[in-house]
Amino acid sequence: MSKLLEVKDLHVSFNTYSGEVQAVRGVSFDLNEGETLAIVGESGSGKSVTSAALMGLLPKPQGFIKNGQILLNGKDVAKMSEKELEKIRGKEISMVFQDPMSSLNPTMKVGNQIMEGLIKHQGMSRSEAKKKAIELLDQVGIPYPEIRVNQYPHQFSGGMRQRVVIAIALACNPKILIADEPTTALDVTIQAQILELMKEIQKNTKCSIIFITHDLGVVANVADRVAVMYAGKIVEIGTVDDIFYNPKHPYTWGLLGSMPTLDSADEELYTIPGSPPDMTNPPKGDAFAPRNQYALEIDTVMEPPMFKVSDTHYAATWLLHEYAPKVEPPESVRKRIESFAKERNGGVKL
Amino acid sequence: MSSKEKLLEVKGLKKYFPAGKGKWIKAVDDVTFDVYKGETFGLVGESGSGKSTTGRTIIRLYDATGGEVLYDGKPVHGKKSRKELLEFNRKMQMIFQDPSSSLNPRMTVMDIIAEGLDVHGLVSSKEERRARVEELLQNVGLNKEHATRFPHEFSGGQRQRIGIARALAVKPEFIICDEPISALDVSIQAQVVNLLKKLQKQFGLTYLFIAHDLSMVKYISDRIGVMHLGHMVELADSEELYNNPIHPYTKSLLSAIPLPDPNYERERKRITYDPSIHDTSEEPQFREISPRHWVRCTTKEFEEYKRELEKRK
Repeated sequence: MSKLLEVKDLHVSFNTYSGEVQAVRGVSFDLNEGETLAIVGESGSGKSVTSAALMGLLPKPQGFIKNGQILLNGKDVAKMSEKELEKIRGKEISMVFQDPMSSLNPTMKVGNQIMEGLIKHQGMSRSEAKKKAIELLDQVGIPYPEIRVNQYPHQFSGGMRQRVVIAIALACNPKILIADEPTTALDVTIQAQILELMKEIQKNTKCSIIFITHDLGVVANVADRVAVMYAGKIVEIGTVDDIFYNPKHPYTWGLLGSMPTLDSADEELYTIPGSPPDMTNPPKGDAFAPRNQYALEIDTVMEPPMFKVSDTHYAATWLLHEYAPKVEPPESVRKRIESFAKERNGGVKL
Repeated sequence: MSSKEKLLEVKGLKKYFPAGKGKWIKAVDDVTFDVYKGETFGLVGESGSGKSTTGRTIIRLYDATGGEVLYDGKPVHGKKSRKELLEFNRKMQMIFQDPSSSLNPRMTVMDIIAEGLDVHGLVSSKEERRARVEELLQNVGLNKEHATRFPHEFSGGQRQRIGIARALAVKPEFIICDEPISALDVSIQAQVVNLLKKLQKQFGLTYLFIAHDLSMVKYISDRIGVMHLGHMVELADSEELYNNPIHPYTKSLLSAIPLPDPNYERERKRITYDPSIHDTSEEPQFREISPRHWVRCTTKEFEEYKRELEKRK
């Protein structure tokens, strides 16, 4: 598998009245061809800011890349001019946003919105572009595309609008698709349809997907690899099986433990106490330490580096250091992983 | 369970909204269910299913178009004297979805929480008022220093706690929770759900819990009703509903929940709901196919579903 995108030590900050907000503080990851990388985290963890930086969509002038590289085909996106960025947006990387109502132009027919990129990037004529737009609508599963292409966004339901947004994103055959919480605003049954559609598109077009979400169920469904973000950093990264069956970071434990399983009975949910830190003034040492019941003394002094768990699995917690005390995940998380293992051996329910 | 006391009876509740040109939107159409004292009744469905409208009609935020709601045996809707209304409002409270838009930004937390106390005349002095608010803040896991602040100074999870404290202020018996955790982050959701469970035990509360997150609803509810397009299509104990869903819509809804388990997700088969498979020879009705398990069906489907359920057990 070859690397399509390399993000190296990315720092993104925002200037605000109350000072500099360090939204992303040294994020590094690779994106391989044809894979889906899920970025999980709570609001404010920097996941959306990371994705906006990849496309040069940080709000200017208050948002800026302070440090680091985003290498796409050997070129650094972080240093590109607006003109160069325009060339890669839509063509190399495109994006599906959370709320399909606010990411579509309400005064433009959906056909025209799909055609925009085709005419601009691929130099198609209007009639060619329209033909392609109908094809795309068909591809994303919209019935009667010939009629739908001439309609406005308000004439579509939420799920159908999100399909239109995906059609726009796909128009120029991008190599990377960034999906920023694409199903959060949708109902579960519609969400399932959209996830299926995205997987099918990936199979057909071989594009790579960066999937940003806070829903671990969705992650388990779509991802090949998972990066868990907290307070502007990746705290754990690994294959989807590493993260769900062998999590190492206490924050990942907390996330997994706070979701009820369908057969968790009366016991209390495991919770992460407190709330995320203020990023204008990130705490010294490990940012998660104040909420971490397993925090060591060193956590308040020094940030943990990425420890290697396996070739695919890394986690930033001092608990993995050879001198650290051996700590087991909390009981509810252990039980959950055991129940997964049972299901794996005994066949799948439903 | 059947020996338990009924706290709320919803009988054939209808709520239609005018859609212009003499048309009506049947947001809630002939919904019937009971809520027993001390239980949590979960109401699930997709957007537009009428679950929130049902909740809002029960608490008199909307007038019912038809049917009736009995609370403690007394009708909720219809003319009431001021005294009766006050008494009703004190017994039934509501927690809303979006904690930032349901709290007045220009009032301090103290005044927000104490508003109910003032309206109902539950405190006689300033000191008592303050003491009660501080007690409430402690109940929901905030501290008394928070009383003088404004809503914008809090995070989403904390704001939801303020909303809960406000609902608790008048010592209600019954609380309608309308998507209380949908707007919150995963780790905060668990905190709020644990809090709701703790308060239920502490004060003997009864909840109507409205949500679209089915795994959370399963976790918190004793019984669950599934709504689809204004109708209640299935109602059962939560274990029963998840293990033996009968109505095709319930099956599709359950099969669509993504679970945090990659192996399960790889194997998951989604069932799609096709309304055309229903028997249309007569108007479907809500029937009990096994004790405490109700499904909306026609007579023909009734027999089919019964057989299906027997086979599965």
